[in-house]
Amino acid sequence: MAVSLDTIDPGTAVRLVRIGGERAFRCRLMELGLLPGTAVRMIRRVDVGGVLELEVRGARLSVRHAEARELAVEPL
Amino acid sequence: MVASVRLARVAIAGNPNTGKTTIFNRLTGARAKVGNYPGVTVDREVGMLTLAGNRKVELIDVPGTYSLSARSREEQIAIQAVCGLPPLEPPDAVLLVVDATQLPRNLYLALQLIETDAPVVVALNMIDALESNGLEIDRAVLARELGVPVVAVSGRTGEGLDELRTVVAKMLDDPSRGRPGARWRIEDGVLDADVRTVTKFVPETWHRGSEARARALALWSLLSIDERDELADAPSDLRASVTSRRRFAAAAGREIESEIIRGRYSWIDARTPLFIKQRPTGKVSVTDRIDRVLLHPLVGFALFLLVMGIVFQSLFTWAAPVMDAIDALFATLESGTMAVLGDGWFGDLVARGFVRGVGVVFVFLPQILMLFFFIGLMEDTGYMARVAFMMDRLMKSIGLHGRAFVPMLSGFACAVPAILATRTMERQRDRLLTMLVVPLMTCSARLPVYTLIIAALFATHDKVFGFLPVAGLMMVAMYVFSTVVALVAAAILGRTLLRAERVPLILEMPPYRVPHWPSVLRMMWTKSRTFVTEAGKVIVVCSVVMWFFLRFPWSDADARPFADERSAVVATVVDESARVERLADIDHREESARLDGSFAAKVGRTIEPVLAPLGFDWKLGIGVMGAFVAREVFIGTMGAVYAVGSDADEESTALRDRMRSEKRPDGTPVYTPLVGLSVMVFFALACQCMSTLAAVKRETQTWRWPLFLFVYMGVLAYAASFAVYQGGKLLGAT
Repeated sequence: MAVSLDTIDPGTAVRLVRIGGERAFRCRLMELGLLPGTAVRMIRRVDVGGVLELEVRGARLSVRHAEARELAVEPL
Repeated sequence: MVASVRLARVAIAGNPNTGKTTIFNRLTGARAKVGNYPGVTVDREVGMLTLAGNRKVELIDVPGTYSLSARSREEQIAIQAVCGLPPLEPPDAVLLVVDATQLPRNLYLALQLIETDAPVVVALNMIDALESNGLEIDRAVLARELGVPVVAVSGRTGEGLDELRTVVAKMLDDPSRGRPGARWRIEDGVLDADVRTVTKFVPETWHRGSEARARALALWSLLSIDERDELADAPSDLRASVTSRRRFAAAAGREIESEIIRGRYSWIDARTPLFIKQRPTGKVSVTDRIDRVLLHPLVGFALFLLVMGIVFQSLFTWAAPVMDAIDALFATLESGTMAVLGDGWFGDLVARGFVRGVGVVFVFLPQILMLFFFIGLMEDTGYMARVAFMMDRLMKSIGLHGRAFVPMLSGFACAVPAILATRTMERQRDRLLTMLVVPLMTCSARLPVYTLIIAALFATHDKVFGFLPVAGLMMVAMYVFSTVVALVAAAILGRTLLRAERVPLILEMPPYRVPHWPSVLRMMWTKSRTFVTEAGKVIVVCSVVMWFFLRFPWSDADARPFADERSAVVATVVDESARVERLADIDHREESARLDGSFAAKVGRTIEPVLAPLGFDWKLGIGVMGAFVAREVFIGTMGAVYAVGSDADEESTALRDRMRSEKRPDGTPVYTPLVGLSVMVFFALACQCMSTLAAVKRETQTWRWPLFLFVYMGVLAYAASFAVYQGGKLLGAT
């Protein structure tokens, strides 16, 4: 059952199922390695800044809560 | 005759945070020319790289990027620079710096770059950090798979840089070694047909006869071009072709972009296990442990406030003694110049126009050096990314980037270093928006003006509720007022004039590192140098123009009565202290008389009807105009206007008394508290600062934005002062 990425607890690894949003936004995320099928681990949430930190292909990346809502994920 | 030979050009590219800048600095030494890429405000650094046998080549910095794909003009620089698209020249080789600790993501750019058919050398950087990350990379296999030379280096230790020089030299001798052809090849026939179709429309000026490059640029177009991009020079038939292929694909349930990106990542994912061995380290990395503290909701935030407090204190307080010393030095130079050149118009021009202008430039250096010391330190350790991270929600709510926080904070000390600091933001739009609102923050140059007005016109001994001093409250009110106006201006400008597509925040959290001091020092040096040479020129010219305006028409005849009076005093007044006092009084009156006959006074009188609705008389008009040199100059100008001496400061009781007793022709006082409020509001909002405008000119490389800044702040100031004065009068205030 797919849920949105911003609901995942820190430390959890999930698989990206779908990226919503505009074309440019999707392209940018995909070029950074966030493709449907990619394994993503939630490192931490920084609620002060409204940002999440993720680990993708061994690299760290952060996105806003609002943007994470466009990413549907499912348990590994 | 020796034929002039063009130096070979090597472009240096890479993802952000790969240590590209450190490698660039290491390879070129401290001397790089900073120019601008045409059409955009993106620094173009060019350094001289010396290879074996004293062979010199130019090393050209390409802005850091995760991908060659582009949406904006700024992002487009990367593809233009590596392919040599007009108006840029093609490089003879491309040096790609990749972060060994985050190799898969870095290889995406490597694949794109190799596709363009440019001769590529890969510098595998940060190999010194592999061990602690539990990583092992087989360089030979990586080189074999990529088909280009790979050199292991460390920008921090300098390891491998000699080998890198050798490999670059060999590449220039035999470029075919770095042009293996596209690594990822399209196997899907439908996608291949799309790419072939678009390739036909790639113009000859782009591919210069290279089949491979034409195909790479077709792939680039398919990822970059859409209805809302801001790209320059994309031919309309190429655009039409991209749009129609995309439409056909969508009708068939395909998405060309994701097929291309997925293809490249499939290539990377399939080969990664061949050259990367990851063994679990079994421990939490140092960076994660630090982040647990620094990004902690309470502790992290408290530390953030502490760090920002230190940055602010350094600009606001600690820089002051050095600035005072520079001021004093230039005051001495000024009087020395006068003594040497005499007090004719030429000596006055050199001393009060030129030397004083140069002094204005140098006074900014302590703050610029301090701010860039802290910025360099925060960037280099990796803390700046966390600042942007923590401030994102707050800054985004007013349309600004998280990284705009440091410049905005610095604006409370001085707008000039703050404007230079906007360079830490990548997007031109974010930089511009920050530059346009930073000058609204209450900078330290406004404080003397507020102090004078408050002390002269308000009952400063009164306390509100018996304990809150009026003067302090008014000062706080001015801070709150300016901050609110700046935030509202940012919100409005960001939604209108500088409206931009919402860009997803995709930040990388670089690992924490011990700062590399040479890089920090180099940043401080480069920033100061470009400020002095570029903004400095504008400031000195403005200073000379203002001098002319305030000191001309020059008349030696007008000086004669004062000279006679002086001789009389010297001849008749015996008492030493009385004589000094009388002479000073003559000096002050002469200064006042001279200002009274100046062009500035003429203009002040002419525009008095325009200033009257704000409650200003023409003398205040001169003060406001004179303050264009710098806001605090207002006090000296008013001192000169009222013949109490231009050396008056905000604590001067003579100036305060003179202001209180100043009467209009109808006998009413000029300075009422309402006029004082109107003056303060005007100073809060007007861009009364030539140095701010010079800094914006330097950063945007055009006069358009400084002009806009001056006009919009001027209109805002006029409207607000008008509202305060007229509104106050309606309410019956005086």
